[in-house]
Amino acid sequence: MNVVVVLILASLVVALLFLAAFIWAVRSGQYEDTLTPSLRVLGEDAALKKTIVISETKSKNQ
Amino acid sequence: MNTNVETFKYDNRIVRAFAIATVIWGIVGMSVGLLAAVQLFFPDANLNLQFITFGRIRPLHTNAVIFAFVGNGMFMGIYYSLQRLCKARLFSDFISWFHFWGWQTIIVAAAITLPIGFTTSKEYAELEWPIKIAIAVVWVAFTVNLIGTILKRREKHMYVAIWFYLATALTVAVLHITNSMTMPAGWFKSYSMYAGVQDALVQWWYGHNAVAFFLTTPYLGLMYYFLPKAANRPIFSYRLSIIHFWALIFLYIWAGPHHLLYTALPDWAQSLGMVFSLMLIAPSWGGMLNGLLTLRGAWDKVRQDPVLKFMVVAVTAYGMATLEGPVMAIKTVNSLSHYTDWTIAHAHSGALGWNGFLTFSMLYYLFPRLYRTNLWSTKLANYHFWIGLLGMMFYVISIYVAGITEGLMWKQFTKDGFLQYPNFLETIVQVVPMFRLRAIGGTLYLLGTFMMAYNLYRTAKAGQFEPDTEAQAAPLEKTSAVVHGKLSWHRLLEGKPLLFTVLSLVAVLIGGIVEIIPMYLIKQNVPTIASVHPYTPLEVLGRDLYIREGCLGCHSQMIRPFRSETERYGEYSKAGEFVYDHPFLWGSERKGPDLAREGGKYPDAWHYNHMDDPRATSPGSIMPRYSWLLTQQLDTTSLPSRLAALRRVGVPYPAGYENGPAQKDLQAQAEKVVADLKLGSITAEPDREIIALIAYLQRLGTDIKSAPAAITSAAK
Repeated sequence: MNVVVVLILASLVVALLFLAAFIWAVRSGQYEDTLTPSLRVLGEDAALKKTIVISETKSKNQ
Repeated sequence: MNTNVETFKYDNRIVRAFAIATVIWGIVGMSVGLLAAVQLFFPDANLNLQFITFGRIRPLHTNAVIFAFVGNGMFMGIYYSLQRLCKARLFSDFISWFHFWGWQTIIVAAAITLPIGFTTSKEYAELEWPIKIAIAVVWVAFTVNLIGTILKRREKHMYVAIWFYLATALTVAVLHITNSMTMPAGWFKSYSMYAGVQDALVQWWYGHNAVAFFLTTPYLGLMYYFLPKAANRPIFSYRLSIIHFWALIFLYIWAGPHHLLYTALPDWAQSLGMVFSLMLIAPSWGGMLNGLLTLRGAWDKVRQDPVLKFMVVAVTAYGMATLEGPVMAIKTVNSLSHYTDWTIAHAHSGALGWNGFLTFSMLYYLFPRLYRTNLWSTKLANYHFWIGLLGMMFYVISIYVAGITEGLMWKQFTKDGFLQYPNFLETIVQVVPMFRLRAIGGTLYLLGTFMMAYNLYRTAKAGQFEPDTEAQAAPLEKTSAVVHGKLSWHRLLEGKPLLFTVLSLVAVLIGGIVEIIPMYLIKQNVPTIASVHPYTPLEVLGRDLYIREGCLGCHSQMIRPFRSETERYGEYSKAGEFVYDHPFLWGSERKGPDLAREGGKYPDAWHYNHMDDPRATSPGSIMPRYSWLLTQQLDTTSLPSRLAALRRVGVPYPAGYENGPAQKDLQAQAEKVVADLKLGSITAEPDREIIALIAYLQRLGTDIKSAPAAITSAAK
């Protein structure tokens, strides 16, 4: 069953990389704000629509 | 505040390319699945053509729907959302297109090689080694594109979806490399470096995590992006989504052994797999509730918007499948469910509901946006929803009934202590009506997909494609990287131009370690059994035919230590019996009886007639005819390279055996089989494929019968 060692090592490599990523995420302040990111996602289309509306009204005015 | 606002363009072309590929391969993959399903109650649906017989197209179906349909759907969704979440165009247009065409080439290669019978037999990893290498290269390209885009992002915070994408890219790479350790024996033939129980453990560590990191994590990321977008409200709890992510990835990777409960795998590994599987319920249900609760107060929208309808069913199916999975991982439940159609029902409630419906919802969401128009017909999309849902219900409910019926019938004893249904065939004939219903369900689901394809085509025709979407954002402030007065790791990483060199070095290191270690494992410490010997040359070729025809799609070779199984099939399987099995052929379903102790059960002539026409020897059997095995000549030219490859992975054939002695042994054994067939008044040529297959089948499980004294001593 030595292959278990390989699998544990491979799994540990993955797990440790994730652990490093997790520590980085917490330390660099990724999770300081858990509200605005969820709202920001919705924003970009609204901005896009606005530009479309503006360009449409512009073309109408012309 | 940085006022230096930049204007850039999102790449929509690559998203469209993956979207079209998703629709096309979805139809192809589901059609192949339907063809396979029909053969389960109407075996002649293969038109007596070996290329479209169940055993060969089953892997084609699974590969097509997983890697072609869901794979392309995943790349479509990731490339669309990643750019918008990072406020940046994809890292490299060249890599994007290399990724796209590379992936499609791999799919085409799979569609050609699998029907021909080029397969490693390892589930969801059937493709032979040249294609495996191509997969690794294309996957690295995708990973570089993903990480490159993240590094040049203009939004400091990495939205939770990005984390799910990252986990997918990284883990699938490690899984793929670890499970692909094979020794080539020619261009389209290879033998797994691991043998027997070790191979089984690696395979199901891979198989489980392929479901986790190919079918689940990327789609969760997509859910966290597309569900709030479609509902136009923020995710119920962003904090919960973060917990969902980290808990899920730390737990998932350890649950693989639950695919091997009650097999010859060590007990501690089985229990470990079971415990981690049960713990997975918590993050999975957290995620499902997070998705569903996002829609609170917006259920009126669900009534009108087909995109949301598909999403609600997808998220619900995710919740059902992730509750059912851990329950099936409980050993007691597994003893009933394993090898039955219950497993297939479980897989399909996840595949049809979660992956299928989420893919449909993304397509309905994206096409109108890419083409700057409204969906051509909301009504048709609603029809698709209902017909798809109905198809799914027909499919899974009938197969649940079939699976539980099979499990109960296999275990049923009479009050006198005999098996109630000693003939396996009885139990299969019983559930054939369910197989018919399943095919109806599959047809409905496929029909819905065609409706979607037409709807999307008309939408594209009506609108005008926008190849690039313009957007504006300020670049990240450099100073923001300094946290608490010192440089963060991130800043350090980001600043180095050599980052990719480092990353690729790490990748090579992982690959190297994983490649070297198996070489030391060949002398493994599985309890060996003195009477277990390597296969003879004829049996090796027969075993390769067994692999080529995909026999393990329906026949397991693993008798579990239950009385119901030992009564039916014989002595339960021991780990030491499989030490020369490269790859292992334990299988995962039983549409036919287990074959672990098949050797010597029937005369050679029975096997000959049974392969020619299974219904001649077993009326009512659903096994396809394998008449081509009787006529096709056995290819013995590859024997030397095959034996040499097997020796390299640890099978103790004497040096130089393959050059001469092996061919002589092969001929001698073939003549013996021919002579034995004559006893059954069958005249057969010794150089036909059937001879090799019979030789292999007659060997199965006989090693420990030949020397019972040796087993007891070795087992202790």
